[in-house]
Amino acid sequence: MNENKNYVFPFVLLGIVLVVCFGINISLGSVNIPLKDSLSIVFGNTAEKESWEYIIWNYRLPKAITAMLVGAGLSLSGLLMQTLFRNPLAGPFVLGISSGASLGAAILIMGSSLFSSIVAFEFINSVSLAIASSVGSIIVLIAVMIVASKIKDTMALLIIGLMFGSITAAVVSILSYFTNAEKLQQYIYWSFGSVGNLSWSQILLLTVIIGIAILISLLTLKSLNAFLLGENYAKSMGVHIKKSRYLIIIATGLLAGGATAFAGPVAFIGLAVPHLTRQIFSTTDHRVLMPAVLLYGAILLLICDTLAQVPSSAYVLPLNAITAIIGAPVVIWLLVRKRKMVF
Amino acid sequence: MKQGELTGIIGVNGIGKSTLLRTLAQVQPALAGTILLHNTPLERYTSKELASIVSIVLTETIPSKNLTVLELISLGRQPYTNWIGSLSTADKEKIEEAIEMVGLSDLQHKKCYELSDGQLQRVMIGRALAQDTELILLDEPTSHLDLYHKVQLLKLLHHVAHTTKKTILFTSHEIEIALQLCDQMLILNNLDNPFGSPETLISQKQFEKLFPTDTLRFDADTNSFKVS
Repeated sequence: MNENKNYVFPFVLLGIVLVVCFGINISLGSVNIPLKDSLSIVFGNTAEKESWEYIIWNYRLPKAITAMLVGAGLSLSGLLMQTLFRNPLAGPFVLGISSGASLGAAILIMGSSLFSSIVAFEFINSVSLAIASSVGSIIVLIAVMIVASKIKDTMALLIIGLMFGSITAAVVSILSYFTNAEKLQQYIYWSFGSVGNLSWSQILLLTVIIGIAILISLLTLKSLNAFLLGENYAKSMGVHIKKSRYLIIIATGLLAGGATAFAGPVAFIGLAVPHLTRQIFSTTDHRVLMPAVLLYGAILLLICDTLAQVPSSAYVLPLNAITAIIGAPVVIWLLVRKRKMVF
Repeated sequence: MKQGELTGIIGVNGIGKSTLLRTLAQVQPALAGTILLHNTPLERYTSKELASIVSIVLTETIPSKNLTVLELISLGRQPYTNWIGSLSTADKEKIEEAIEMVGLSDLQHKKCYELSDGQLQRVMIGRALAQDTELILLDEPTSHLDLYHKVQLLKLLHHVAHTTKKTILFTSHEIEIALQLCDQMLILNNLDNPFGSPETLISQKQFEKLFPTDTLRFDADTNSFKVS
């Protein structure tokens, strides 16, 4: 905790890896643009072909930036959840928070066709989708917190989180049953997860949401470290438990809700990245973990997005499938190697 | 209670030793009555103010054992550090002092999951010391330890109380060891709850009344319990 110098090297390394992944991500795709040209376009130079410039500026650059924001956001929310619930398996997905976001999105997309006579749901745009998802995730998070305050057993809490997930999934099925095909397709595409197709203004909004959430998380840095010893010890060390809890919940809701709203429910990043980060940095100090998790998450989602793109082909696989295919084995590997998940 | 003394609270299971201690630390609200600290009711203190006066060692296991000894003990400085928790030179000195006092200098970079129960208990005491409070409360610090480590731990507490002039209050079932090391003892029996030095309490025959005599009796000659 004292020797911050030890962490300079891994941070520099992560920074370099991030830049490399970013470069690869924008140069690969259905049209191959050489890495050199891609980077020179990003830095404002004109390229050999005008179409390349168009692809980079209007398609690939926004996508890469979204991938970084979403990856960083989900990973940080996973870290916050794991510390708050003192449970290594916690994450936006396991505790039903992403399901809450899905429910919010589902009600907005599909509910609109059901209730269109009552309210004019003409505003299914990025902003309303983001609000609906964030509200959905915060509601589920608060429900989980209320239960958490009554139940000390963290395993029971996890199961309850899964139950919340099932309930929201059930409500989504009911909504899907009654909705029309067009809306259903819109929702299913949203649920595949994708970091593409965001306009620059949408990216700005996502940046603001994630930025605010990171600022809130920074305020809780000290209490997060104290929470590692449990709430009683944290309280005895002068941590304002209620205030910190609320701040952490709000930050998580914004991170998971915001990321899910724009990119759909992206699985496993939130759970796996904090564990990977702890392996590399071998510390529990959130002052180191927080920036590391942000970098790591951005890198991992860039890689997943590059793979989902299926280089040199016109296919784009659901991002959600790729993150699960990469994320799940990582978690299994960690468990097998360590025998237990220390956090 | 006097400054720099080691006080043991004893009593049968379920009499409320832990409850008393946890209430003193404001970990749980008082069931009834008011507790005065420096003539001010305990509730008047903010949790931050209280954190610089009272520190605790609880029976509960800590959720994350991935912390190193140094990291964990450093957390004790939280009431004094800034919003982000960076440690000043003074903080680091206090931490070093605490680590030395509990004899963990060689183990300070070990992770907590690598430690034995006895070592972990000393880490928790080190953290309380680093918090640098006048009053340290410990809830059954000797449970799960073998006889040697129980004695070692209570001797450590005795030493800490006398050298640092901190007031240390602990609950324990180790009456015989406590009799030899405590300056003061409080017996919770739901009646008069006598408080005094071990010698006074022995002369008042308080220990004879502690357990049903058909099972266990106190032998005043050896200051120990014998099976009847």
